[in-house]
Amino acid sequence: MQPMKPFKARRDPAPSKTSYRFQRLWLTPVFRSILRTGVPAFTILAAVVWYLSDDARVDALREHAADLRASVEQRPEFMVNLMRIENVSEEVAEDIREITAVDFPVSSFDLDLALMRANIEELDAVAQASLVVRAGGILDVEVVERVPAIVWRGREALELLDVTGHRVTPIEARGDRQDLQLIAGDGADVVVPEALELLAAAQPISNRIRGLLRVGERRWDLVLDRNQRIMLPEADAVTALERVLALNTINELLSRDLVIVDLRDARRPTLRLGVEAQEFLFQISNDKAKDDA
Amino acid sequence: MTMLYQTQRAMRNQRLAAMQRGVVAILDVGTSKIACLILRFDGVTPNSATEGVGAMSGQSRFRVIGVATTRSRGVKFGEIETMEETERAIRTAVQAAQKMASIRVDHVIACFSGARPRSYGLAGSVDLHEKAVSEHDIARVLSACDVPDYGRNRQVVHALPVNFALDHRSGLSDPRGQIGNRLSVDMHLLTVDQAAVENLLHCIKRCDLELAGIASSAYASGVSSLIEDEQELGAACIELGGGATSISIFIRKHMIFADSVRMGGAHITSDISQGLQVPMPMAERIKTFYGGVEATGMDDREMIDIGGETGDWEHDRRQVSRAELIGVMRPRVEEILEEVRARLDAAGFDHLPSQRIVLTGGGSQIPGLDSLAARILGQQVRLGRPLRVQGLPQAATGPAFSSAVGLCLIAAHPQDECWDFEIPMDRYAGRSLRRAVKWFRENW
Repeated sequence: MQPMKPFKARRDPAPSKTSYRFQRLWLTPVFRSILRTGVPAFTILAAVVWYLSDDARVDALREHAADLRASVEQRPEFMVNLMRIENVSEEVAEDIREITAVDFPVSSFDLDLALMRANIEELDAVAQASLVVRAGGILDVEVVERVPAIVWRGREALELLDVTGHRVTPIEARGDRQDLQLIAGDGADVVVPEALELLAAAQPISNRIRGLLRVGERRWDLVLDRNQRIMLPEADAVTALERVLALNTINELLSRDLVIVDLRDARRPTLRLGVEAQEFLFQISNDKAKDDA
Repeated sequence: MTMLYQTQRAMRNQRLAAMQRGVVAILDVGTSKIACLILRFDGVTPNSATEGVGAMSGQSRFRVIGVATTRSRGVKFGEIETMEETERAIRTAVQAAQKMASIRVDHVIACFSGARPRSYGLAGSVDLHEKAVSEHDIARVLSACDVPDYGRNRQVVHALPVNFALDHRSGLSDPRGQIGNRLSVDMHLLTVDQAAVENLLHCIKRCDLELAGIASSAYASGVSSLIEDEQELGAACIELGGGATSISIFIRKHMIFADSVRMGGAHITSDISQGLQVPMPMAERIKTFYGGVEATGMDDREMIDIGGETGDWEHDRRQVSRAELIGVMRPRVEEILEEVRARLDAAGFDHLPSQRIVLTGGGSQIPGLDSLAARILGQQVRLGRPLRVQGLPQAATGPAFSSAVGLCLIAAHPQDECWDFEIPMDRYAGRSLRRAVKWFRENW
């Protein structure tokens, strides 16, 4: 039989009522979850609210954030040093530089490319622009210029217009752009495509054309040299012009002494003769009357 | 009985609430130790492999997740003597068990061994209105039992319908739906001292716990220690506890008798303490290490140091032979067993078809007890250990835990008691009429 070990009373202390209650509380699942998630969340929230309750601290925080942002923005990787404008004439480039008015070097965060693009595209001479900040701190501006298609003599000035009728640039004298046709009259600039169509149709007599005149903002007169004028209708002006040209090829209509070919009413084309022709016509009709008598 | 009916029903509701929550604590308030077991019910259906075994008494539905025992304080003869001390001991046990289970328990089912249990056999019969027996008829027949005058300061802890008889057919366990004219019932009523129960209730309430049921430990240990055949054929379970020895007799799976002898292991210890002149804790240790009831020649030569702390050399080096120790223990054990024999005889245990006796409880671990008990109680004596339940640690599977384990089984699979049935309306009416008459008498 094994010997008995020396006697030692086992400690078996009873928990105090408080510790018993606390343990039971601690073992309550709801209490535990509140303590583990609710209390930390509330503490953090309270700390944040307390910190933000003072304006000075908020300002300091804001300033710090701004400094931080600036320090990132001012890094050389983000700096733009020069603007390169491509595919454009000297004057337009000058205009673009003037209108964008950027002081280089500048951080690329401070460049509002969309606004700049809108500003550049507002220039008359510019049809389309695209701005890209390239590596190495270069602001690349690619511009598609408007191509002048016609000269418009308005009330105030002599201007070049593109195919859509948009203003390109004013010019000093008609003689500066002999290669382009002239249009004139109020409201002529809004119907430039139609004018171009007419001028294209009038290609066979292009050496005689002086210009197109918009009359009453509704129809065209084709003005030729020798003060000849073809009055075109509002509708189907091209067809009417082609009729005249057909007559011209067959009868050499326009080389005769005519002042006006009036096609405004398609059913009743009218010719106004020159003074000499009128007299001649009068004379021969008199002669004929004499012969008949 | 009606007030008790209400409190017992309230306890049943608490038990249902505990089942709903899935956690319930088992508290065995004994004289030498207080054990707390925490059960978790997770509604697991019995394994199909074990289906052949039977219903398994519902024991596969729960799992023990926390166990704690503590030295009992302030309990004598299985009854609470010092409330504060006992409350503290209960707190210790519950806290440790909760810590092990890491879950909070609010409902507790308690058992106690003392409080002078007394058994009554009740009979009642009633004529059936309809041919088939309904639940209402069972409630009627249960309330028709003539309750004996068990005394004013007594309280009913168990009221178990043991046997139903329909006309001349007896031995029915569930007569519902059967056809007959007259239904009669035999009920086993177990009463205890009201003060003991109320003290226990108070202690548990002071620990912020809700009582979800009480049971006599005689019943609980019988449920856990008797195997199914013994419960069916008839057997007595004798639980040798610390302060009281509980006796319960089972037949046809029902407890038909319970009693307790107010003597137990604590008395053996105190005998040793007095006989050998040693302090009580030392006596307890000597008992558990060297105790026995059958002396042999070898025991004369085996000397035990019983020591002391006095500083007197002669006194501190005393030795006794084991035969002497046995000589101190044996008369007390014999006395207990004789008393048990007397109680069994009084209950008419000899008339039962089977005379099986099962010894359990902490005291049953005394070596040689079975042969001594066989000499006193009869030949069919065996030592019983409680049923194995899921999750119970090895340390808590000994016979000392038979009532705690039995309480687990009762919690998982409670037997129908009289208060599980709705009390019939006519009883209420009679009572109120009687009260009205009483009021008239008092006031006119």
